[in-house]
Amino acid sequence: MDYFIELLFGGLTRGSIYALIALGYTMVYGIIGLINFAHGEIYMIGAFTSFIVATVLSIYGFPLLAIVVIAALAAAVWSSAYGVTIEKIAYRPLRHAPRLSPLISAIGMSIFLQNYVLLAQTSDFLPFPALIPEFAFMEPVAHIVGSSDLVILITTTLVMFALTLLIKFTRIGKAMRATAQDRTMAMLVGINVDRVISATFVIGSALAALGGMLIASHIGQINFYIGFLAGIKAFTAAVLGGIGSIPGAVLGSLVLGLTESFATGYVSSDYEDVFAFSLLVLILIFKPSGLLGKAETKKV
Amino acid sequence: MFPVKELKRSLFVSIWFAFLTFPIMVIKVDPIERIVSWRWDNMIFVAIGSFVLSILAKVYFVRKERRAGSKKAQTVLTEPYVHRILREPRFLYPLSLAVLTFAILFPHLFSAYQTNIMTTALMYVVLGLGLNIVVGVAGLLDLGYVAFYAVGAYSYALLNMHFGLSFWLAMPIGGLLAAFVGVLLGFPVLRLRGDYLAIVTLGFGEIIRLVLENWNDFSQGPSGIANISRPGFFGIDMSFSASINYIYYLVVGLVVVTIFVVNRLQSSRLGRAWLALREDEIACQAMGIDKTKTKLIAFSLGAFWAGLVGVIFAAKTTFVNPASFTFLESAIILSIVVLGGMGSIVGVILGALTLILLPEYLRALSEYRMLAFGAILVIMMIFRPEGLISNVRRSYRFKKQTSSESE
Amino acid sequence: MSEAILNVSNLTMDFGGIRALDSVDIEIHRGEIVALIGPNGAGKTTFFNCLTGIYTPSAGEIQLRHPETGKKSRLNGMKPNKITEKGMARTFQNIRLFANMSVLENVMIGRHCRSHALIFGAIFRNPATRKEEREIVDISYQILKKVGLHKQVNEQAKNLSYGAQRRLEIARALATDPFLLLLDEPAAGMNPQETEALINLIRLICSEGHSILLIEHDMKLVMSLSDRIFVMDYGKKIAQGTPEEVRSNPAVIKAYLGEDVDA
Repeated sequence: MDYFIELLFGGLTRGSIYALIALGYTMVYGIIGLINFAHGEIYMIGAFTSFIVATVLSIYGFPLLAIVVIAALAAAVWSSAYGVTIEKIAYRPLRHAPRLSPLISAIGMSIFLQNYVLLAQTSDFLPFPALIPEFAFMEPVAHIVGSSDLVILITTTLVMFALTLLIKFTRIGKAMRATAQDRTMAMLVGINVDRVISATFVIGSALAALGGMLIASHIGQINFYIGFLAGIKAFTAAVLGGIGSIPGAVLGSLVLGLTESFATGYVSSDYEDVFAFSLLVLILIFKPSGLLGKAETKKV
Repeated sequence: MFPVKELKRSLFVSIWFAFLTFPIMVIKVDPIERIVSWRWDNMIFVAIGSFVLSILAKVYFVRKERRAGSKKAQTVLTEPYVHRILREPRFLYPLSLAVLTFAILFPHLFSAYQTNIMTTALMYVVLGLGLNIVVGVAGLLDLGYVAFYAVGAYSYALLNMHFGLSFWLAMPIGGLLAAFVGVLLGFPVLRLRGDYLAIVTLGFGEIIRLVLENWNDFSQGPSGIANISRPGFFGIDMSFSASINYIYYLVVGLVVVTIFVVNRLQSSRLGRAWLALREDEIACQAMGIDKTKTKLIAFSLGAFWAGLVGVIFAAKTTFVNPASFTFLESAIILSIVVLGGMGSIVGVILGALTLILLPEYLRALSEYRMLAFGAILVIMMIFRPEGLISNVRRSYRFKKQTSSESE
Repeated sequence: MSEAILNVSNLTMDFGGIRALDSVDIEIHRGEIVALIGPNGAGKTTFFNCLTGIYTPSAGEIQLRHPETGKKSRLNGMKPNKITEKGMARTFQNIRLFANMSVLENVMIGRHCRSHALIFGAIFRNPATRKEEREIVDISYQILKKVGLHKQVNEQAKNLSYGAQRRLEIARALATDPFLLLLDEPAAGMNPQETEALINLIRLICSEGHSILLIEHDMKLVMSLSDRIFVMDYGKKIAQGTPEEVRSNPAVIKAYLGEDVDA
């Protein structure tokens, strides 16, 4: 039973990290219909930025709480900046190009950013400082649920809640929903679509950066290549839930996290990634509209 | 020519990039020794570099706009030089003869080391031409192309290890197996939309690699399979350098055959159907073209070529392991096709030679190889989506007397 | 009367909760020109899309009978390309030509389903393949001559005038050797001269043994060409008959508010 609960929490933790990344995919897809292949790299850059900032601050002797807050802010700020810049350079000029052109551009961006970090930093795995302390009150259950699991679950829940409020009630949230429904119409009623798209990239990137920092601190190491796998898995989760749908992304992420956790726990850990990729292939083949998405109807 | 406003804008771009790259480019920490190094010089490079690039981009766009304004009246596409030259038989034949002679003399003019590098580059030419059928001609973005390359390489490695199968028998088997896997995968996925197809093929490519890595009993896992036989020549044992030349000629031969076949395919009933499918799928189906079947043929033809090169790869290196078949390999082949010009045979050849040979000869650049590949994909999409040598298609021109002519 | 070549009964199409077609029955006989008219949004194009396999109808029967061989085939759920092979081809309301291919190549694509060469033929160009290619070009040129586009044979399709593009769509559909041709608003956007030429073209095509079902808003064309007319409104067939019968049918006048029908 303990093992089951351990796997359950492990799955939920994984799932909520996937959700933080998957939201970025799904929001961007909802608004400009592009698979933002470089999104995994945004997550990686977020993790790297928080790693650099946290390490510098800890060397200079800052207290833990200050380190966590500043590192999280820095990760969010810089990841958002990268997100917006990528959109401007690599996607905006291609907004009216054939559908595959921005995707190829996104793949190029992803490879570019990986190698940029590789060259500017290192190809080695780096130890990530432990940002989440072991809480005393978690002692009795620590062998099943770690403190960082708890923190990740609570943080992501709060973030999801805030995001829902933002999209439901704020001006920019409404503008985003309008743009997602019909970009031309949104433009006609006076919504600055460029700004809405930028805002979408900012939010998506900040969420991914937060995910990057949390998971890096949870696992304890980072590397320039972590974005590729995480990106694909989060994309799988977004498609599983129905790409373009925000609740879908969360649901898909939890389903993916739990299945991965139980499959590796009870079946075999060798094929962990094969499992996610197979799931991706199967969903796209059999139910490309996902769990909560709407099927597209072709117009003739 | 440069108003102050533009300079200000470029200055802003430069400050923005200095800020953007600050944590990654400037700070470097050593978490074990607990040392922070501040590399401020990098910030200056970034600032200057982005300033210059922003001005260049601006100049490009202003010029482009001006050109667009001036040639509104004439919509005729100017054919690239290369095609104009190649169209003329009096240039084409001597030129291809010269290239072929050079290719044949190459091992005698240069060292075995150079020959080896050239062999690799020519293998990428074939891979590029194969992927070109799928991406450039049929318009199907295949991000898992390397999987078929792996199928070819591993089928020779395994058949050779278990049954001592010779290279020459393995060639067709490897190619056909890859094509077969292409059909198996293609059948369910080819009805998907373009971007989903791209992701599914990527996922499939990774699955193949991960299975090779983890299924130890089958593929010997990450350590790979060593001591694969080199290709034989009617049972004659060859010295090491002779076998290098032998493989080189083999690849040259394959390049020639591939060019011939791809060229013929492009101007056939099948090639027409591929083009039409790329333009409008629904109209195509309404005109009686079987969408799935036509795409499947393109997909498996491309896979067949990857399989052939895979067999040669295994024979050339005498060793295969899963690390040779990562997504990045697919991305490199895609860069070749995109840089050269989708659909253009000459373009793909030049693209492969540039992208593979340049980093080999400019050692200083080889570190930046993958960075450049990424940048090429982005830059080409934005500035020149048609590639360096755009494929001005030879369309069927109707001539009165001999109505079958297609030039 | 001979047996119908197209027999549609009880055809129904639902999109989510919306019923776009509601039990439509239609019959077409050999050699007829039949028009399908109705206000915008009546479900005419949906009807075409169901017939040609682009949509799979929710209920009903579509049966095609080859006039020569007498072979019957049920079209429900069949792929569009199979339906074209059976001998029913269409044009599109919003022109869907292969814009970057030449006029000749557009028609050659139409010959695709009547020719066979595949990889082997493409690579080796054996005599059979060469003969087949020659036939494809010859037949395509003859069709272009018929629709009056043979002078622009080497132009790119996107450079043609609007009216010429519509005629090229007809040529492309004719290249598939259909016995039944479906035309979706062939005269849309044409000037009176072009429409006049189109009427003659449709008559010519019909006289060569093709039956025709057309959707059209131009009442002059419909009234002068059609043997019979079906009228649709809100997904239902509300009237049918000869042009005279339809013209005086009160339901039709009501659907159109009288204006167009008097013209």
